[in-house]
Amino acid sequence: MAKRPKIFRPVAATANDLSTGAVVFRGRDGTWSPDIAAAEIAATPEAADTLLAAAQADQDADRVIEPALIEIVQAGAFVRPAALREMIRTTGPTIALPADPPPARR
Amino acid sequence: MYRYDEFDRTFVLERIAEFRDQVQRRLSGELTEDQFKPLRLMNGVYLQLHAYMLRIAIPYGTLSSAQLRVLAQIARDHDRGYGHFTTRQNLQFNWIALKDVPEILEKLASVEMHAIQTSGNCIRNVTADHFAGAAADEIADPRPYAEMLRQWSSLHPEFTFLPRKFKVAVTGAPHDRAAIKVHDIGLQLTRDDEGRLGFVVHVGGGQGRTPMIAETIRDFLPEEDLLAYCEAILRVYNLDGRRDNKYKARIKILVHETGAAEFAAAVEAEFAALKGETAPLPPDEVARIAAYFAPPAFAAMPARSEAFDRALHDDPAFARFAARNVHPHKVPGHAIVTVSLKPVGTPPGDATAAQMEAVADIAERYSFGEIRVSHEQNLVLPHVRRDDLPAVFAALSQAELATPNAGLVTDIISCPGLDYCALATARSIPVAERLTERFADLDRQHAIGDLKIKISGCINACGHHHVGHIGILGLERNGEEFYQITLGGSGDESCAIGEIVGKGFSSAEIVDAVETVIDTYLGLRNAPQETFLTAYRRVGEAPFREALYAAAQ
Repeated sequence: MAKRPKIFRPVAATANDLSTGAVVFRGRDGTWSPDIAAAEIAATPEAADTLLAAAQADQDADRVIEPALIEIVQAGAFVRPAALREMIRTTGPTIALPADPPPARR
Repeated sequence: MYRYDEFDRTFVLERIAEFRDQVQRRLSGELTEDQFKPLRLMNGVYLQLHAYMLRIAIPYGTLSSAQLRVLAQIARDHDRGYGHFTTRQNLQFNWIALKDVPEILEKLASVEMHAIQTSGNCIRNVTADHFAGAAADEIADPRPYAEMLRQWSSLHPEFTFLPRKFKVAVTGAPHDRAAIKVHDIGLQLTRDDEGRLGFVVHVGGGQGRTPMIAETIRDFLPEEDLLAYCEAILRVYNLDGRRDNKYKARIKILVHETGAAEFAAAVEAEFAALKGETAPLPPDEVARIAAYFAPPAFAAMPARSEAFDRALHDDPAFARFAARNVHPHKVPGHAIVTVSLKPVGTPPGDATAAQMEAVADIAERYSFGEIRVSHEQNLVLPHVRRDDLPAVFAALSQAELATPNAGLVTDIISCPGLDYCALATARSIPVAERLTERFADLDRQHAIGDLKIKISGCINACGHHHVGHIGILGLERNGEEFYQITLGGSGDESCAIGEIVGKGFSSAEIVDAVETVIDTYLGLRNAPQETFLTAYRRVGEAPFREALYAAAQ
């Protein structure tokens, strides 16, 4: 189980889809989708424990793999992961993929 | 090239059928993730940040055109249209769905490829000099021996659960292009005073969090004892290697803690015992496997090519390409060509499906259908007629594969880093891209000369930063990426581990810092012929440290 940080920040549950490996978030309705905006946010340590237990139950039911809680940052309706690693998981590589047209000048 | 025999073919097909069943049982819920994970890893399937990743073995970095075309097809059908060539001469697909893996493995098997032993604590893909069988400075082709080691180590029952993964590299030339001294076993073909073929045996090299240069434990191992001696090394390691701590489980720690002399004595004792029960390599079997690597039917050509000389004179772009990407071949009138996968501003080692097909076509037409993957994340056309070099250059240019930068500042090794890898602590590809953009000017690159920059996105050092002339290690501190610079590393026969030059740099600072190092070198070198590494070894790190940190003091 993920260690609870010393200062609690709101968290969402993330995992990878069993079949495709795609990054998914556990929604408020209990389904998993790539949309972090639809993710259930646990705002208290107790809610976080409940959310993680639900995510792990989903793994046990073979819907997702490697579930974990990640800290998120909220600004109004906007939700994003707090850590760079999770930002990259959520939005994809920060580079132009080779099959794309040449990248625009930075 | 080696061709599968009936045993190889049957074995690989049975393995695919087995894994297809395992995938189905996983998807149906019959197998849990804990049960399935070791099974998928045994078949090269990892879970990375965004998706499953499939690592495909390319034994000793040798590919045929037919194989490369199938890799291109898989990239198109099952991935996002590209693949990543790695520092272990493998290919990784980054966007694979688990449900597709059995079908992909079948496609690979159709061209005698697989992903077995590309993960786990076993003997991994045996790597070799990417100029093997072609290099002008070669004593003998290392690939037959790499193939014997591959056959011996494939599903070797005794060595399937080693303390940790195990990597073997073989070179047949005195100039080490295979970084053998940073492998668990590094083998260098040599001849004794009587002209007999054998190996210098190096053991206990490696990078990662504890970089070490291999110790030489045998100056001459006769050819016929290769497998018995490797078996002795693996036995000593398997018995005595640490299993209590993952970070101390590689053979380099055992060699270091035991002492090279004592370790060598243990190997020799095991070898002496084994010799009584293990037959030496039978000469007819050596000859049978060597025959697969027989040189292609080279035409008798004059050493000098008028077409080549004319293009050198008439086309400055070709001249620049020839200066860096064309290398001496052992057969007169022929050359080796490096196909750069390092155009400015792109991820090192990535090739699109169309590029793979272009290389396959060019190889078929001009290089006997043979391609090599280098540990420096480029492709190689090993056998090109010098007369054909202008046409090869034109064809590569069409596919954006003719960047004339082999061995230059923009020919950067980079691991996938935090853009893909679940273990990474920082991004490495964007740093590589920004460096290539900073040094995009070809005149400047050629003026700087030989320089190897290697970037790893974590301490595991897949990007070989320890042996970069300039090494860059990406780390994370308080949620921010930062980059440590090492100087003076080298992966060739003058192997050295780079020294950390000082405190790290932020992502915003790192490109300027590397430029400062390079400008400092340009200011202090004796002559344009004095390479970065030579100059560094002459002056040490002080001038570089001063240039990097003076402003902060």
